[in-house]
Amino acid sequence: MSHISPVLWEFLVHWLKNFAIFPPEASTIAPYADALYFALVGMTVTGLLLVMTMVLVFAIRYRQERHPEAVQIEGSTLLEATWTLIPLGIFLVFFVWGALLYFRVFNAPPNSMNIYVVGKQWMWKVEHQGGQHEINALHIPEGVPIQVTLISQDVFHSFSIPAFRVKREAIPGRYTTVYFQATTPGKYHLFCTQYCGTNHSQMIGWVYVMTPADYRAWAAENTSGASLAQNGERLFASMGCNACHSGNASARGPNLANVYNTRIRLTDGSTVVANEAYIRETILNPSTQVPAGYAPIMPTYQGQISEDGLIDLVEYIKTLDSNYRIQQTLNKSELSSAQASTVGVGKTPPPQGAAKP
Amino acid sequence: MDSQSIATTPEELDRSVLPHAHEHPAFLRHHFEDVGQQREAASFGMWVFLLTEVMFFGGLFCAYLIFRNWYHPAFVAGSNTLDITLGTTNTAVLICSSFTMAMAVYSAEIRRRGQLILFLVLTIVLGSAFLGIKAVEYHQKYVDHHIPGLDFSIQEFVHPSNPKAIPLAPDMAEKTQLYFFLYFAMTGMHALHMIIGIALLFIMVARASKGAYTEGHVIPVENFGLYWHFVDIVWIFLFPLLYLISRYR
Amino acid sequence: MSTIVSLPDQATAKLPAKSFLNQEYGLKSWLLTGDHKRIAILYLISISFFFVIGGVLAGLIRLELLTPPSDLMATDTYNKVFSMHGIIMIFLFLVPSVPATIGNFLIPLMVGARDLAFPKINLLSWYLYVAGGIFVLSAMVLGGVDTGWTFTTPLSTHYLNTHVVTAAMGIFLAGFSSIFTGLNFIVTVHRMRCPGMTWFRLPLFVWGHYATSIIMILGTPVLAITLVLVALERTMSIGVFDPTKGGDPLLFQHLFWFYSHPAVYIMILPGMAVISEVISTFSRKRVFGYTAVAFSSVAIAVFGFLVWEHHMFIMGVSQYSALVFSLMTMLVAVPSAIKIFNWSMTLYKGSITFETPMLYAFGFLGLFTIGGLTGIFLATLGMDIHLTETYFIVAHFHFVMVGGMLMAYLAGVHFWWPKMTGRMYPEAISKTAAVITFIGFIVTFFPQFLLGYLGMPRRYAAYPADFQVLNVFSTAGASILGIGYLLPMLYLPWSLIYGKIAGNNPWQATGLEWQIQSPPLTENFAEIPIMDHEAYDYEWLANKTQHEVQTVG
Repeated sequence: MSHISPVLWEFLVHWLKNFAIFPPEASTIAPYADALYFALVGMTVTGLLLVMTMVLVFAIRYRQERHPEAVQIEGSTLLEATWTLIPLGIFLVFFVWGALLYFRVFNAPPNSMNIYVVGKQWMWKVEHQGGQHEINALHIPEGVPIQVTLISQDVFHSFSIPAFRVKREAIPGRYTTVYFQATTPGKYHLFCTQYCGTNHSQMIGWVYVMTPADYRAWAAENTSGASLAQNGERLFASMGCNACHSGNASARGPNLANVYNTRIRLTDGSTVVANEAYIRETILNPSTQVPAGYAPIMPTYQGQISEDGLIDLVEYIKTLDSNYRIQQTLNKSELSSAQASTVGVGKTPPPQGAAKP
Repeated sequence: MDSQSIATTPEELDRSVLPHAHEHPAFLRHHFEDVGQQREAASFGMWVFLLTEVMFFGGLFCAYLIFRNWYHPAFVAGSNTLDITLGTTNTAVLICSSFTMAMAVYSAEIRRRGQLILFLVLTIVLGSAFLGIKAVEYHQKYVDHHIPGLDFSIQEFVHPSNPKAIPLAPDMAEKTQLYFFLYFAMTGMHALHMIIGIALLFIMVARASKGAYTEGHVIPVENFGLYWHFVDIVWIFLFPLLYLISRYR
Repeated sequence: MSTIVSLPDQATAKLPAKSFLNQEYGLKSWLLTGDHKRIAILYLISISFFFVIGGVLAGLIRLELLTPPSDLMATDTYNKVFSMHGIIMIFLFLVPSVPATIGNFLIPLMVGARDLAFPKINLLSWYLYVAGGIFVLSAMVLGGVDTGWTFTTPLSTHYLNTHVVTAAMGIFLAGFSSIFTGLNFIVTVHRMRCPGMTWFRLPLFVWGHYATSIIMILGTPVLAITLVLVALERTMSIGVFDPTKGGDPLLFQHLFWFYSHPAVYIMILPGMAVISEVISTFSRKRVFGYTAVAFSSVAIAVFGFLVWEHHMFIMGVSQYSALVFSLMTMLVAVPSAIKIFNWSMTLYKGSITFETPMLYAFGFLGLFTIGGLTGIFLATLGMDIHLTETYFIVAHFHFVMVGGMLMAYLAGVHFWWPKMTGRMYPEAISKTAAVITFIGFIVTFFPQFLLGYLGMPRRYAAYPADFQVLNVFSTAGASILGIGYLLPMLYLPWSLIYGKIAGNNPWQATGLEWQIQSPPLTENFAEIPIMDHEAYDYEWLANKTQHEVQTVG
């Protein structure tokens, strides 16, 4: 080895060190995805070997020098049936297998911890329930099922964590979700994989998987002082939502207590589940899906509340479990009207630097 | 659609190998075996072309159906601002033009030059009348500020002048822009087809006056007829979807 | 049932005195021609021009990706380069490649007609193609487009400041060129077949192009109207695709992929059509399971329209609709498998020789098998989540488009070169080029599968250093691949003057096009032929040759 020039040697060592061909497995999904992947690789290799063997054996066995006389064969229905049905059967197995995994990744268990991620050109803004805000970084505890709710405030983005084998599009104007449960503490790539303009390739970050204890310490250290729901409460008061949604019997707007995840009857007779998407939609386009018994008099808040603010409001409405909570907001709105102006339109979360793995 | 043969066929190539080359009518192009084949090919080609046109309009109809479902009140309100009298008149005008076109094809088939020219001119007149009425409607929309992207105003939908109309909330009224955009896109695309059709009609009148279509070469008239009827049928779908559905009673 | 076919002695072959090439001279005789063969040559020249531009852009992409940071060019420049690479290669090269050149040249010859049904529309389609090309080039010269070839809204409509409308206009025109080509083929196959040419006597090349044409005429108009809506939304700020105005960005995706997924079958079916001819000819054997191969083309065209949503599995579409589209995608994979097996079985008990087109066809079989089976990865819902929008996708579609279609295109160009020009290409150097292309291709694109599984996103100007080694492999392979493509561009024009004279039927193939002089007459056939035998009937050919030897000798 001493004959190799030291520069070249260093170069080679550097390369080999970086020569990864397989991403780390760091979520409960990853082993399932990898098993499916290897099965698919197995199928591809088998299929390729089968075709290449046929081609090579025939090409050598029946080359003109050895086999000058071609034998004309019309075809064979039996063979056609064989190579129609066997691939079809194999493909259908993969269809079922893949569908099971798909439903797992995109349907989080009900006890999941919900984290909001807003994509914008060209950064990821992460909002934890407890009010921790991050940019291009995501701190999560290991062993906890996590649902990420994504939305974009401009163009399509895509939230990809290769080590977890999950990815989900962040779409302007609608919520999408993805679920994962990290298994191994460490630092993993976070990418935007949907082309989103000039600095698409700079829209990357890190996912930090921490032990639950470390995570608690990080969360305590990095809290902005108000949870999403608390921010939402302030916004609710400062936008004057409680003027109509006061919870009184005579109120002009529906009572929002316990409304989350219930079935609502609309004026046109259909029903809809009041999920995050519905709550967001009724703030921006209130007259598209009006609950039965109410006039479409609510003004639109399109362009007045940022996606972050909408998330705060949604989270606040989700916590409203009684009229009493709304009354509290009503009282508080008078007290904190001075404060409220600081969390209004276009609020950006303070960036959290110096994150520890 | 002229009767020129393959440009590269040289006169000196021994014609004897092309069977019966001299017996062909002048309009038969040399790559066809006989008039029947040429006629079948041309008409089949026209049908295939109309199929692509169906797919072309299909994208717009698809968008219309989706947004109509999403923003039904806005589409109802937008639809009611259209002038149904003008719309109905236009439908009648267009159906009449299809009739005159059909008569033009018939005239070409029975080889009556004067009659053919008369019906082609009538078709031009009716087609232009349709476009004229359409222009009046477009102008009305301009006056009402109902052209999206051009000083659009939702005033009429929030505070409707029609007593039967239900006022829309401002956010829903904004969605009427989508209705009007689709209205202009669909009727505009239709009008573009009409304009192209009328331009072709002028060329055909000029040709017909020289007797091009009344000597057995009916294919161009027949194919143009198919095109004209297709444009008519598109309107037959546009009229109810844009004007008639959910009229206030 | 066995046949011996021996290649004719080419030493005695002479160029015919009169052919479509020397019928008339002068630029005008080419630019105003109605002859499908001359239009095919015009197409060949113009798509080669765009292939060179697209290829140079591909080289720039690979050079930029040699190192992790975006050091060769700024991210903006990189985005424009890959967008232009995609737009040029897809709309100006792959879509017209085989159909507009080889298909245009051969379909009338194969069905026994004097020309396509509508020669002027054929010429118009070339002019539309050129106009589209000029629009795309001017978009590039004026400063480029950075939407990606997918024109994703609302990025393309409200967030970019580049020449989106110009490029979209170019694609719109090229789309109509493709519609007219498809229309011409369908009418020609339906109405212009010579006496005795029944549907099941048509060469599989024609079946493949028939299926392609169905997609061209049904899919392309939807792309056209979608691009019109994008242009209107951009210029008049309408909100059909803009969620803040009540529009739906996913509607754009649906409309776009309704064309653009079938479009990949526009790109691959003609390639498959070429492979059927080449494998049969160089095995001297009828294609195994003719009807299965013919119907699988049509099946691909039909099923191809029902799978578009598999580009949107992670885009918030209903999970149950994703199930349906995943299932349909599994079904559309089966006809491709049928074809691969039938081609392989065609070799069985053949009498095989290894001329350049056959080498490319072998390359096609291997690379398309990989490309097709990796498509199953992406059709599998759970796997698609991890793989979509990464280099795995890039590798997959380059295996199908470049490994499949470009190999087939080169196979076809070499195979019919003697028929088009009357002269042979140089065999030894072209075999070398075929092998270089194959090796270069594998080295370029195989590492990208690994990169994709590692999670490297596509369309990144800069990437984390972990991915560098595989990217270096890929770039190295691209330079080999570049040589492989450069060689034919040098020796094919050379052969126009110095190539050996080919004679009518240098490969002893059975198609009607091989029974006439090379290059053909402007009228194709002195007398319209009467088809009295099945396609790929080597018995018939052997008898005919014997008969000719007896009468001449």
